[in-house]
Amino acid sequence: MARQSHPTMSRALQRRENISGYLFLLPSLIFFIGFVVIPMVICIITSLTDANMHDQGMFGNFIGLSNFTKLMGDETFLEALKNTFIIVIVSVPAVCAFSLWVSSAIYKLSGPVLSAFRCIFYLPVVTGSVAVTVVWKWMYDNYTGIFNHVLKGAGIIDQNINWLGDSKYALWCIILILFTTSVGQPIVLYVSALGNVDQTLIEAAEVDGANSFQVFWKVKWAQMMPTTLYILVITTINSFQCFALIQLLTKGGAGTNTVMYHIYWTAFKLTEQAGHFGYANAMGVVLAIFIGLLSALQFKLAKEK
Amino acid sequence: MKKLLAIVLAMAMVMALAACGGKKDEPAPPADDSKQEEPSTPDSQEPAAAGELTLWTYPIGDWGKEEKVKAITDAFTADTGISVKVEYLAYADGDDKVNSAITAKSAPDLIMEGPERLVTNWGDKGYLVDLSDMFDDTDKGEINEAAMAACTHSNGAVYEYPLVITAHCMAINLDAFKAAGADQYLNLDTHTWTTRDFINAVEALYAHFNAPVGAVYCKGQGGDQGTRALVNNLYGGTFATASHDQYTWDDPKNIQALEQLKSMPGIAFDASLEGGDEIKVFYQGILKMAFCWNIAQQLNPNQADTGAGLTANGEEIVFMGFPADGGSPALQGGIWGFGIFNNGDQAKIDNAKTFIKWMCDSEHTVDAVKTANYFAARSAAEGTDLSSIWADNEIMNEYQILMPYLGDYYQVTKGWAGARTEWWTMLQKVGEGADIAETVATYAANANAAAAG
Amino acid sequence: MKIETGRGRAYKIISIIILVILAFLFTFPLYWIVTGAFKNGADINATKPIWVPTEWVMNNFDKLMKQRSVPLWEVYLPFGSFFNGGKKLLLTAGPEAPAAIRWLINAVLMSVLAMLLTCLTAAMAGYALAKKRFNGRALLFSLIVCAMALPKQVILIPLLKEMSALCLYDSLWAVIFPTVGWPFGVFLMKQFSESIPGEILEATRIDGASELKTFSTVVMPMIKPGIGALAIFTFINCWNDYFMQLVMLASGSNFTIPLGIATLQAETSVDNGLLMAGATLAAAPIIIVFLIFQKYFTQGITMGAVKG
Repeated sequence: MARQSHPTMSRALQRRENISGYLFLLPSLIFFIGFVVIPMVICIITSLTDANMHDQGMFGNFIGLSNFTKLMGDETFLEALKNTFIIVIVSVPAVCAFSLWVSSAIYKLSGPVLSAFRCIFYLPVVTGSVAVTVVWKWMYDNYTGIFNHVLKGAGIIDQNINWLGDSKYALWCIILILFTTSVGQPIVLYVSALGNVDQTLIEAAEVDGANSFQVFWKVKWAQMMPTTLYILVITTINSFQCFALIQLLTKGGAGTNTVMYHIYWTAFKLTEQAGHFGYANAMGVVLAIFIGLLSALQFKLAKEK
Repeated sequence: MKKLLAIVLAMAMVMALAACGGKKDEPAPPADDSKQEEPSTPDSQEPAAAGELTLWTYPIGDWGKEEKVKAITDAFTADTGISVKVEYLAYADGDDKVNSAITAKSAPDLIMEGPERLVTNWGDKGYLVDLSDMFDDTDKGEINEAAMAACTHSNGAVYEYPLVITAHCMAINLDAFKAAGADQYLNLDTHTWTTRDFINAVEALYAHFNAPVGAVYCKGQGGDQGTRALVNNLYGGTFATASHDQYTWDDPKNIQALEQLKSMPGIAFDASLEGGDEIKVFYQGILKMAFCWNIAQQLNPNQADTGAGLTANGEEIVFMGFPADGGSPALQGGIWGFGIFNNGDQAKIDNAKTFIKWMCDSEHTVDAVKTANYFAARSAAEGTDLSSIWADNEIMNEYQILMPYLGDYYQVTKGWAGARTEWWTMLQKVGEGADIAETVATYAANANAAAAG
Repeated sequence: MKIETGRGRAYKIISIIILVILAFLFTFPLYWIVTGAFKNGADINATKPIWVPTEWVMNNFDKLMKQRSVPLWEVYLPFGSFFNGGKKLLLTAGPEAPAAIRWLINAVLMSVLAMLLTCLTAAMAGYALAKKRFNGRALLFSLIVCAMALPKQVILIPLLKEMSALCLYDSLWAVIFPTVGWPFGVFLMKQFSESIPGEILEATRIDGASELKTFSTVVMPMIKPGIGALAIFTFINCWNDYFMQLVMLASGSNFTIPLGIATLQAETSVDNGLLMAGATLAAAPIIIVFLIFQKYFTQGITMGAVKG
């Protein structure tokens, strides 16, 4: 706008905008570039080398893409990649759907009740990941956990289920914990989004003879699209942060290995394979590419709306 | 608005702090020798000490308990003026911590563990100092030969100074055995039993309690010596060659043992447990036997504080050798001692050697050994006899009976750390019902590939 | 229409019942932590779950306090290790205290510092991204969006080496700085700043106010709810960032309470009573922070989000 009204000033103005813009960005950029961008660049470079813990240099020898080709044949990695995607693909829609349902059920309740419900669903988030993990571990316990006790008491199962030790269940158990620690914020968001839906549109639709389902889908859902996209983004972020669960519950065993855990494993566990930093970084790069694509997709969707 | 201002101000202060540290005055003491020193806290109480060391220790008996360790390190400090800062590692993530510290060039000065980590791993990779100059002929004569051999790398360097040894065994819940009428299968005088006895006992227990009574735990490597010893002893299989260059656990005898264990309803393959978890469940009286056991456990009170040698309900725990075909098992040894990380600072290395000498070869060795709750790795130290230091301890004395069964210390086989991972992953697969012979062959081959590479 | 309402009512009742059950399930882990912390040894180790402690005891907390002792506080010269041959320069240290207390102090200090730093830097950056038309803005914003979902494990090794080179390894800063660098805050604050009317900014500029003055007197008050939301968000996030704490903190005196609890869990012979006592201690501060700022929070996150 300003540029159009003062065409002769534009260059000076642009310079002013540049300077002030970057000055405001500076503090943030120091941290962002220093502790995210630079490590990421180093990560990409080392992924093309055979860098490892035992050589003192930062970078080993350049070996081209062979880390990546090796990864494609590494079954453990591929399984970890698959598990990572299962976690994201299951938990993101589940969290969205569940929180949408809960919010639509509670948003019309009276103030104190509503805020009580909101708090309760937020509790697992604020209990802290380690505390939550520790207590769930106890609840899942094969021998003394309450899950087996309750299910056996109710006659649903007659032999203890080894929740975290059986690859049929372990990944789902982890997704369940992740789920309870993820729905808090989406519920808060949906509750207020539902409260902000334009009432006149709903009334108009009802006059037109739309049933409640149609009202919901055509009017409310459409209006809440930005909220939904935001929730998709934060839930995706959240789903990638499940390191503590894996590390403290199963250590990647029983079919619960994820790329995030496998990177840590490859880097620091005491095995002969450990310390292969180049290889671990290659995993990081693969994961980053997938995440980048996922984010791009989400924001493309957001742009279209 | 005021609040906002306060925040901004606080921020500015923090920033200023962080920023000013970056450059500016500070008569910088020449960053001489190296900056690889342990960055952890200088000991605040002893500013004028002759030096300070950091020791990272795994929970080796009571070397994992601060009050016990503090007593002995304080005595050392009083004696030598060298202060010691101790960090306590757990088996679950201790290795990762050491490895990340090495990566961050912040390895400790001293580390306490067994040869499988110190010699075959960190020593092998060149992070540790060769201690061979600390052993004269008297020392070599006094130190247990097997322990000395295990602490010596194939290149001749000694990366660990052994302090204590023990034999790993298993434990049973005697009251439960009696209740199920299974105590008839135990020989409580010799603390041994045969494979047949074991199978009969598990059957009797299972019939009585109608739930698994023992767990082949395989969540991770914690306590894996127990599962290895169980499988190996059942039909006399071996884990590695005597020359420690190859893994032999695809031995048909081991496959037979795994098939036997898998076929027993009283034995569960449990991928949600590690050694430590198993002990907890055993203490709770749920499992009637624990495969992750040794004398330190026997002397330790359980988590419900009902006393040593008892479960949380006060049932009696008895240690047993692993069941073996002929009744005489080959027990897995445990050897623990100190290694020194080479952080490029000769003064520190010398101090660390002083520490090791004080702990492992002096009149104080008695206390160091007693802190560990194990047996001394040598018969005498500088004239002090160590063979009978536990004479006044009934349980320790009784435990001596298992020591002759000490088998080969194969944990120093090449590729050990990788092989362990293969071992428990294999157990997980077997537990899931995979074909045993095939699974064993695959994972043993993986381990051997690690040994070769 | 009548049938419709009847069905609607039935649905409503059923959904309320389900909600109440869910609410119970969501509170249960916390209940289990707190009761577990106060159970005696027999209850904790009972083979059948004990729903309500038979007696409430402080045993587990006593045990927790006796675990280890470290100085209550230690103040170092920031970056002091640069001049001291890699060794930190200790300014002052407190008396010996139970490690759990120190861990708690560390965790609070770490999270608060990360929160303050993030709020300030993100508010400034978000404002610039939303309202300044500088060159490279679009590129920078895409970079930020792409980096948002990046798990820290990806950059684990370079980050560790970097911290080691900066002599920050084994200090809380090593956890704080990457948290501040994480661009989610900038993204959030940009969303907030979009809503600042351009005319107001133009007006203050014409009045001759400096950029900083505009920011502190006009912009900050307008994005205050957003800052509140970001503050809580960062606090919780940093507190829960077990991974960074695990990798970056090595000595017992620098642990945070979540890391300390995890370490207790890793030790031989797991003691659930002790763990629950630790978990209670670890959960209490953030729950309190959340309850105090709860209103701010719900208000804040909703405002930022709706403008997608």
